[in-house]
Amino acid sequence: MIPEIGQFALVLALCLALVQATFPLLGAALGRTEWMALARPAAAGQFVFVAIAFGILEYAFLTDDFSVEFVAQHSNSALPAFYKFTAAWGGHEGSMLFWITVLAIWTMAVTVGSRSQPEEFASRVLGVLGIVSAGIIAFSLLTSNPFLRLAPAALDGNDLNPLLQDPGMIFHPPMLYLGYVGVAVPFSFAIAALLTGRLDKDWAKWTRPWTVAAWLCLTIGITLGSWWAYYELGWGGWWFWDPVENSSFMPWLMTTALLHSLAVTERRGIFKSWTVLLAIAAFSLSLLGTFLTRSPVMVSVHAFAADPTRGLFILSLLGLISGGGLLLYAFRARALEAEGGFKLVSREAFLLANNILLVIAAVAVLFGTLYPLFIDALGGGKISVGPPYFNAMFLVPVLPLCALLGLGMHSAWRTMSADALLRRLKWPAVAAVAAGVILPFVFFRTASVLAIVSITIGIWVCVSSMLDPARKLILRTGAPLTRGHFGMCLAHFGVGVFILGATVASAYNLEVDVSAKPGDTVKAGNYEFVFRGMKRVQGPNFVADEGEFELRRDGKLLTVLTPQKRVYRVQQNPMTEAAINTNPARDVFLALGDPLGDNAWSLRIQVKPMISFLWIGSGIMALGGVLAITDRRYRQLRQKPAVRVEAVGAA
Amino acid sequence: MWRYARYAIPVAIFVAIGGFFYRGLGLNPNDVPSALVGKPMPKFSLPTVTDPDATITSDALQGKVALVNVWGTWCIECRHEHGFLVQLAQAGVPIYGLNLRDDRASAMSWLAQLGNPYVTSGFDPKGVAAVDWGVTGAPETFLIGRDGNVIFKHISPMTPQVWRHDFLPLVEEQCRAGGCEFLAAAGGR
Repeated sequence: MIPEIGQFALVLALCLALVQATFPLLGAALGRTEWMALARPAAAGQFVFVAIAFGILEYAFLTDDFSVEFVAQHSNSALPAFYKFTAAWGGHEGSMLFWITVLAIWTMAVTVGSRSQPEEFASRVLGVLGIVSAGIIAFSLLTSNPFLRLAPAALDGNDLNPLLQDPGMIFHPPMLYLGYVGVAVPFSFAIAALLTGRLDKDWAKWTRPWTVAAWLCLTIGITLGSWWAYYELGWGGWWFWDPVENSSFMPWLMTTALLHSLAVTERRGIFKSWTVLLAIAAFSLSLLGTFLTRSPVMVSVHAFAADPTRGLFILSLLGLISGGGLLLYAFRARALEAEGGFKLVSREAFLLANNILLVIAAVAVLFGTLYPLFIDALGGGKISVGPPYFNAMFLVPVLPLCALLGLGMHSAWRTMSADALLRRLKWPAVAAVAAGVILPFVFFRTASVLAIVSITIGIWVCVSSMLDPARKLILRTGAPLTRGHFGMCLAHFGVGVFILGATVASAYNLEVDVSAKPGDTVKAGNYEFVFRGMKRVQGPNFVADEGEFELRRDGKLLTVLTPQKRVYRVQQNPMTEAAINTNPARDVFLALGDPLGDNAWSLRIQVKPMISFLWIGSGIMALGGVLAITDRRYRQLRQKPAVRVEAVGAA
Repeated sequence: MWRYARYAIPVAIFVAIGGFFYRGLGLNPNDVPSALVGKPMPKFSLPTVTDPDATITSDALQGKVALVNVWGTWCIECRHEHGFLVQLAQAGVPIYGLNLRDDRASAMSWLAQLGNPYVTSGFDPKGVAAVDWGVTGAPETFLIGRDGNVIFKHISPMTPQVWRHDFLPLVEEQCRAGGCEFLAAAGGR
């Protein structure tokens, strides 16, 4: 009975989403305020019913209701309770419901945050969000209903994919989805602005905090995913250019471009049609990600469902939403162009370069991701594009992008004298080059040209982004530092830290594959691994062979590493749990391979210098985003409605 | 003209990419069966599930239009399709089972509880025959033609829709020479 209530709640949510998608938009077009006024109640009602539906799915998981097919396929009575909770988004049907829930949360936030905006504009924004929501709810109900019953009910469930039984699964998908879906908000603002014909500074100002919020969630989500892949997949890599990783990374690149372009639109009133286009592209790529992961177009670890009907549905939805948006753009953008010049050396020019390079990077990734599909569609058979393509194609735009970053940050709007820029940045640049050339040889005794260039750029980005905050916070000169500005500097500093981590970890990675027996000692670089022995370990729903290794450096015991090889009882697939010893300077990574017979095991040992800088750098980027959205100017925007609510209450 | 047309470039690019996607949907990356379809079925000789001393060999299928269904008690989707397989069997469709990576006791109690749609089931605990047959998982269902060739392979549960839509037309074609008594009862002409 209870799952049927969930199903019913979802149907009601669809009805309300349809109301939200039609009346406010029509009302805004025809000037009928009572229709526009439906937007907020409809959105709120939709949120309530979506929350009920999601809550009921969680309830079905937590109470082991194996009469629900989705629960039977993705859970098991022996699964620890919090994995039961996360299993709700561990499969296709549930993750679509989760998508819907996240969109409802964003929509709710928009209904609150848009109170200070003109009614006509706000109802268009909510109307567009309603269209997106109605589309996805219909998709869920028609092609991937999570509440479908299984008759006869299963005695026990098929268990959650062991790869997903990891603490990382608690935060990675929710954050990623918050980001993915959050891009719908700037998209709706852009479409609303095209419909209104009002693409002005106000619009850019309203869109910016939402864009930063979505970008922030994407950043955290992607980082967590990469971190999870690093310690869970057991290969020691942190980015695989897998189609699904790419499909979260492309919206990130586009959203990053959008953030920068919005800054120009807000400050100078130019780049408008470009900004709109980026907003549409960013959300299209996020829908495309859904398409790629939810249809048989691509095969990957992440593809939950291979079903052409689902693919066709999502493709139609993509056609409706993105195609519609772009069509609207084709008709309206001409009227929105504004005149406004800037010089070759100015902040605008650097931001334009930033946008172009980011878009090139995104297109390179998109092309690599879709190339196998193009070839297949043209009859050339099935091929795959590997990391070498991506690494090369990605670095070509991104290295210049990061080199220009420091210059852009220190340029003024409209025009900047090249002399002043040079005077300001001469010494930091010299220092970065010197450090980039010398440090690799000091620490690692060897360096490739690419490593030197990348390290130089990483240091350059770190130094140039911290010049301003350092001057203002330590020397206390110039105007006080606002949170928005500090957030921007910090985010760029994070980019620099990330570059250093990525470069050093891949250029100076030490990797040893050996076989060893208990009692053996294996050497890798400065480290020694003493193999003490193997034992059997019982987990709640798995058994594992656990190795015990002493990690020693120069004879001194650092720690004991216990990598595992697990076999999960229900699905019977083996999983590698690597043991990682972390400190800021390096990670020592030890994974058990296969038993080679006669007590011997194959081992994979990796020493990755500075790899933690990757996650720390991304964390700093996200922190910069947090500072930027908590800037005073946005808090003031939000305080206005509170006053109005009080007034109503008093009356 | 260009002043107006250039704003339509994004939508044009989008339509082109969308076209590829539409085309891509028709191409199923899981389309592995091609390797076996149209070729003689792989030979096998397995003990049966119900009786370890009896064997079932691929010769038993020769000259018949029959289904080979890969199943296991560990496979939830198999439970899903089981009811329909029983119906097909009652209609007279010969279904041969390939029990994959299972233990005999649970396989036998499964058949006792849910009904046995199989003429007989080969017992393949190590998945030896399954490798020859190119089985990627369970459930999978093969259609074997009168000439002993593999006609069609379906991955995922057998449902009335799949039977009607994918199997029946091929079965009818195979049965044109006569000799499929089950055809009318199984929904064919």
